[in-house]
Amino acid sequence: MWAAVAGAFTNSVFGILRAYVLIALWQARPGLAGYDVIDAVTFCFITQAFIGPMQLFGGGLTIPERIRSGDIALDLVRPASLQACSLAEDLGRAAYLLLVRGIPPTMLGALMFGIVFPTGAGQWAAFLASFLLAVLVSFAWRYLVALSVCWLTDDRGIATVSLVLTTFFSGMMVPLSIFPGWLGDLASALPWAAMVQVPADVYLGKADLADALAFQALWAAVLLGLGALATHAIRHKVVIQGG
Amino acid sequence: MIELDRAGRSFKVKRALVHAVRDLSFRVEPGEFVGYLGPNGAGKSTTIKMLCGILTPTSGRVRVAGLDPSRRRTTLARRIGVVFGQRTTLWWDLPLKDSFELIRLLYKVDRKVFRERLDELVETLDLAEFLRTPVRQLSLGQRMRGDLTAALLHAPDVLVLDEPTIGLDVISKNSIRAFLLRVNAERGTTVLLTTHDLGDIERLCRRVMVIDHGRLAFDGSLEQLMATSPEETIEEVVTRLYTRAGQ
Amino acid sequence: MVRTYALLAWTWTRAAAAYPVSFALMVVFGFALAAVDVGVILVVFANTTSLAGFTRPEVLFLYGAANIAFSSVDMCVGNIDRISQHIKAGTFDAFLIRPASTWVQTTVDRFTPTRIGRVLQAVIVLGVAMAELDVPWQRVWMVPVMIATAMVIFASLWTLAGALQFVVTDAPEVCNAFTYGGGQLSQYPFSVYGRDLVRGVTYVVPLAFINWQPGLYVLGRDDPFGTPGFLRFAGPLAALLLALLAALAWRQGVRRYRSTGS
Repeated sequence: MWAAVAGAFTNSVFGILRAYVLIALWQARPGLAGYDVIDAVTFCFITQAFIGPMQLFGGGLTIPERIRSGDIALDLVRPASLQACSLAEDLGRAAYLLLVRGIPPTMLGALMFGIVFPTGAGQWAAFLASFLLAVLVSFAWRYLVALSVCWLTDDRGIATVSLVLTTFFSGMMVPLSIFPGWLGDLASALPWAAMVQVPADVYLGKADLADALAFQALWAAVLLGLGALATHAIRHKVVIQGG
Repeated sequence: MIELDRAGRSFKVKRALVHAVRDLSFRVEPGEFVGYLGPNGAGKSTTIKMLCGILTPTSGRVRVAGLDPSRRRTTLARRIGVVFGQRTTLWWDLPLKDSFELIRLLYKVDRKVFRERLDELVETLDLAEFLRTPVRQLSLGQRMRGDLTAALLHAPDVLVLDEPTIGLDVISKNSIRAFLLRVNAERGTTVLLTTHDLGDIERLCRRVMVIDHGRLAFDGSLEQLMATSPEETIEEVVTRLYTRAGQ
Repeated sequence: MVRTYALLAWTWTRAAAAYPVSFALMVVFGFALAAVDVGVILVVFANTTSLAGFTRPEVLFLYGAANIAFSSVDMCVGNIDRISQHIKAGTFDAFLIRPASTWVQTTVDRFTPTRIGRVLQAVIVLGVAMAELDVPWQRVWMVPVMIATAMVIFASLWTLAGALQFVVTDAPEVCNAFTYGGGQLSQYPFSVYGRDLVRGVTYVVPLAFINWQPGLYVLGRDDPFGTPGFLRFAGPLAALLLALLAALAWRQGVRRYRSTGS
């Protein structure tokens, strides 16, 4: 309980600091990337709420520890797929973290700076769909990163690489739409955009809904597919080599 | 060497005051080897922690080597060696050798003196082959010998041990007991140890103290302890003492 | 105290150097992680020439100065974050039976110099920014002073956060809000923040003295919030006061330690 309050507090502090930087930028460049100041602030606090449920700073899955301790063998002999079980667990945690760590900072941001809300049930439903797909993409990515421990001796390296890619290319720090030139094009085509930038744009009503959902669904399918292959490979490895 | 005068320590647990130790008084003279007995939760560990300055007494007076442990903690640390059987004071991820090197730096032991002491301890405790092993990979018996070495590298005047033989097999127990007797006899180091293993008491301690509910229930020689009741074995005598004190 | 710290840190470094590949990778990744923050600043300035009245080299100067201090203190004192684990597991006992300050032992525990990559990155950013800015040599003396001041402030913040964990052992994350939050705050000129926030971090928690107040002097700028000029030089005093407060809090925290477990 205290940990959740502490997490919400930390998220709020960092959200406020980030909001000020974005406000300063949009004061210098009103209407940049098709957002006005209030859109930019909304972007900041709505994405701040994604940190917990999507575990954007890494972690969440217990697979690396289970691989190191050898318990993974027990998970692999269960009838249900490791990937499906981990996903179910992750979705449950995402719902919890959204409630306790995600919503309070957003509400605080709304009180301090004012944010926009979707107009009508249709846009809320669109956002919900996009948000769910984003959680799915985030899970699929973290699952791949977690399984890589099987092939690498030191998982801190890959965790850091994932952290760098996720924080920079998701739109978590600044919206991808203000990335200059080819960097912007590249960033908005990569899977991390499907986690933060796309659902935030759906929330703001700045994205073509069909395109957005298709883009997220594509990355979710690709990454989940790779995850299934990796699961198969480690089952093979564990069964043949005995862990 | 150790002096407690109506010492007490209480904790606030959910607004209620719990006395872990109350009005405890005793003296231990230099060179003594004292066993400190008591049922679980009697206040043994609390006493030990007051002796080495981890806990500040809430009442009364504690002196070790003439020093107030909680006020002169770092000065006292150079004169006291402490071993906790339940939990190591070594560095979990470091090889034993590096742990000892850290101890040397912390206690500012001269390099040459340190070398001699370490060689002697490694030899008597048979540690040579584990020096490069990280502490977390040591067996309980090996770790305990490592902890004993760490506690003696600065040649303390007093050695305080909290359940040093807990969980050890018969062979490890015997080697640790023999070693403690030697330290006490050869260097004149004062030793105070808590234990639940009455074999420790029979083999090692000339004097026994029994604490219960934070108060001293018995203090005397092993013979005097045996004379307190008609039973034959030390197990029976101590069982009777614990149950009587509990009533 | 410094000597004990250095000797212990050296022993830990030698232990870490037993795994050279892992060590080198951590240095490189630390460098990459810090590069994200610079990347964000560069992206922002790809869209504008001035942020809240400050140019790109000015912002990079403020970022570099603050981050040299933040990263090196994170490396040397940041291990204090683990104090809540030591308190919960009762392993803090082991620090109390040694003849050295508990603060030194806690901060040096498991020291690894791998964060040197981040310090290096900040040094490069500061160097590039200063070369671009052409700071007059009469004002350059303030740069080392402000970095030293910032180090004391960050170290005090970490210590205060550590001391707090003797009281609330369940919430190490709140402490991150102060330490890492302080680091984040000082990456940008304070003119981007709201007036009340800046007032708070000037007069209540002296975060404005990390790089903002002395930085204004180096850059030859007036404070957009109109604070009096002597504040540009008040950093060392503010850092000293905060350090005293932190030392006091740490002592109180250690006295409250109850050594749970058997």
